[in-house]
Amino acid sequence: MQVLKKVGFGLGILLASLGAYADYSWNFPEPVTPMALDTLHVHNKFMLISMAIFLSVLAIMIYSIFAHRKSKGYKAVADKAPSTAVEIFWTLIPFAILLLIDFVIMGIPAYHSVVMMEDTRDKASMVIKITGSQWRWQYEYLDGDAQGIKFVSNLTTTNDQMNNAADKGENYLLEVDNPLVLPVGEKVRILMTASDVLHNWWVPQFGSSRLAVPGFIRETWVQVEKPGTYRGQCKELCGKGHGYMPVVVNAVSMEEYKTWVAAKKEEQAKAIAGADKEWTKEDLMAEGKKVYEKNCAVCHQVTGAGLPPAFPAITGSKISISPIFGEDGKYLPDSHMDRVLNGKNVMPAWKATLNDTEIAAVITYERNALGNSVGDVVQPSQVKAARQ
Amino acid sequence: MSTVTVAHHEEHHDHPTGIMRWLTTTNHKDIGTMYLTFSLIMFLVGGSMILGIRAELFKPGLQLMNPDFFNQLIGIHALIMIFAALMPAATGFANWMIPLQIGAPDMALPRLNNWGFWLLPPAAILLTLPFTLALFGIGDGALATGWTFYPPLSLQGGIGVDFAIFSVHLLGISSVMGSINIIVTLFNMRAPGMTLMKMPMFAWGWLITAFLLVATIPVLAGAVTMLLTDRHFGTHFFDAAGGGDPILFQHLFWFFGHPEVYILLLPVWGFIPQILQTFSRKPMYGYKAQVYSLWAIGALSVVVWAHHFFTAGMPVPALLYFMYSTMAISLPLAVLFFCWIKTMWRGSMSFETPMLFAVGWIILFGIGGLTGLVLADVAADAQYHNSYFVVAHFHYTLFAGGIMGIMAGVYYWLPKMTGHMYSEKLGKLHFWLTAISFNLTFIPQFFLGLAGMPRRIPDYALQFAEFNMISSIAAFVLGLSQLLFVYNIVSCIKGGKKATDKVWEGAEGLEWTLSSPPPYHSFTDQPVVK
Repeated sequence: MQVLKKVGFGLGILLASLGAYADYSWNFPEPVTPMALDTLHVHNKFMLISMAIFLSVLAIMIYSIFAHRKSKGYKAVADKAPSTAVEIFWTLIPFAILLLIDFVIMGIPAYHSVVMMEDTRDKASMVIKITGSQWRWQYEYLDGDAQGIKFVSNLTTTNDQMNNAADKGENYLLEVDNPLVLPVGEKVRILMTASDVLHNWWVPQFGSSRLAVPGFIRETWVQVEKPGTYRGQCKELCGKGHGYMPVVVNAVSMEEYKTWVAAKKEEQAKAIAGADKEWTKEDLMAEGKKVYEKNCAVCHQVTGAGLPPAFPAITGSKISISPIFGEDGKYLPDSHMDRVLNGKNVMPAWKATLNDTEIAAVITYERNALGNSVGDVVQPSQVKAARQ
Repeated sequence: MSTVTVAHHEEHHDHPTGIMRWLTTTNHKDIGTMYLTFSLIMFLVGGSMILGIRAELFKPGLQLMNPDFFNQLIGIHALIMIFAALMPAATGFANWMIPLQIGAPDMALPRLNNWGFWLLPPAAILLTLPFTLALFGIGDGALATGWTFYPPLSLQGGIGVDFAIFSVHLLGISSVMGSINIIVTLFNMRAPGMTLMKMPMFAWGWLITAFLLVATIPVLAGAVTMLLTDRHFGTHFFDAAGGGDPILFQHLFWFFGHPEVYILLLPVWGFIPQILQTFSRKPMYGYKAQVYSLWAIGALSVVVWAHHFFTAGMPVPALLYFMYSTMAISLPLAVLFFCWIKTMWRGSMSFETPMLFAVGWIILFGIGGLTGLVLADVAADAQYHNSYFVVAHFHYTLFAGGIMGIMAGVYYWLPKMTGHMYSEKLGKLHFWLTAISFNLTFIPQFFLGLAGMPRRIPDYALQFAEFNMISSIAAFVLGLSQLLFVYNIVSCIKGGKKATDKVWEGAEGLEWTLSSPPPYHSFTDQPVVK
């Protein structure tokens, strides 16, 4: 009895402590896609079956533990192997039940889920491409009105919050500057890839998660049925920023989506126009500071000191104080421009991620701030030329 | 051959003392003791690493460490627990008990045995050295990719990755040598009359484990060597830009990695039925069924590896195959559970510490097994994969199913090995503290995973705070309870009530016919099994 009391006591504490958080989710979060709904059903069904098996076996064990005790004077009864056909039949019954559970009761719904999960193309009304890179997501719309829209989505939680120097916001670690925007009710085919290491794009309420593999395209799909903001995270260890690359998706009605597409297009047109005008040094510095702190500071630090040896300092580094352009006006190999555009080893290539203005601004900023004072200015037009 | 060795030893009764005894020993009991001691030390090292992690995860925000150090701790924790704590513990028992159980004077290849052990400490040093070097500003710390070494992240890593690769090579060589030794011993040195189908279950579990190790360790060694050449010699096995594929590594790794789970568990499945029959005072049920099930599980374990990365993207037929074959493992496993419980059923049970651990083991390992069954479902796995649900699942299989099983074995055989009884009171206290705090640590993690918390993150969103706090507190209780275990073992070695030869009333088998502790050279007269 001693045993049971202890077990009961332990469970009591457990339930009491968990009961304190009654509003806490005990299961998958509310599903908002057909796949998440299906996953939830499969999960619930499997969990019920598992619990039923577990509890019935546990009941038998507990009965045996209390009934068949030496301290109660119970004498061991020798087992005999099943010998008659009837006994063997009864022995095989549990085996048959398990076969039925595994491959029929669980196996058939699981089959349908797999087929549904992998059907990325049927009735898909739009295609987007998601690229994971250390440590941000990049989204690109590949067809329809939104074709050509492309942006990077960065974590906006401040360092102060992470280091407990400021109060943590409601969406601590799950907030970004540019969320992905999707229309409600449309099946969206997602092409997934990565630029450096493995990442995994995961929104629990969507029920889809797929590895992003550098050099390969993987597919998945979502069809969000309910407007709202949905949050998730990278799910594959991708280095020191793994915990800091959230996924935020705004699911909106078709009209709102169209408005967003138009606005985003206009914004991008403006950015392209900006590349052709002559910028002042002050404007470039101001823009560069923003770009730097959003994209570069995670490795090179806000002060430019870096984290050697993995992430070198910007301050006083050869690349950021030596000349960029040669006598023919083209940028030199291993110059500041080369490194930012094309990357090297751990340093990512930014040419696909940042536009001309952003690259010009950040190079100008790095050369004239963070303890450097080279004095030169890089114009967006020069970046545009350098891309050719 | 073995008889020659024995005769030789009988002539000189002296053997080196002090440190040289341990460095040069070829005695299976000495080597077994070294394995078990090493395992216990590394268990504490790996455990304190994870307590660092749990302290960091106690509340949101970064308190104690930077994310890079966090990533190093999780990977090294896993490698140490798997390769330096669980595997050496099982090998230690094999060294101690297999010769005693099968009536052999020693292991078949004693010098290989010595070498196999002495590869372990250097391997452990290599694994942990980068931490120390980083403290002095040399290099950038240990492996930070998790224990799975996935490229391209491991291609980016610093010198710690190379250390870990070399360490895995050494650990692998050690395991293969240990396995060869066990296979040769079991096939050649059984007492007359002990046919294969009369071998103790522990010997069976180990035989299959040994075959799995010999089959899969070379694949791991090959995979990490390819990683090494990718890192330093410009090969592109895992680099798409050079025509390679990062997912290839996952296939190779898990071709080893999944059987590895059973490598860790099969020895435990061997001796748990022996403990159950001892304390139920009746022979184990379904000996043959258990042996066949062990074989079936061993065979299935090498054909299900891809369920570890369902979300990596695979053709539908492959997904279905790996899903159904994984579910099929539940069939032989269910036979084992049935036999274990049937062994208890209508026995005359008493609950000394080994029995408490064995019964608790069945229940907790059952949770691990059933959650494994739901994980096999591809669609649901998209949610469970790399979430805390998986973390909780494999700690139910490897902590409850592995380490708590090993603890049952320790309490079961400690009186035989030392000749003293351990403190039953402390043993029981240790069991209850371990079982309760283990559940309080990992049950919240199931819910964290369902709610959407990914594993291997140093900081988390606010909705995960409460469960993490419960889990952290319980983890500290779990960790500190293990000091009781250490204390109990140490005081049992030092002294205590004299153990009888049979130790347990219901004990059966050749090891219980010897004195406690057994003589340095056991079985001077070869026993005969009828």
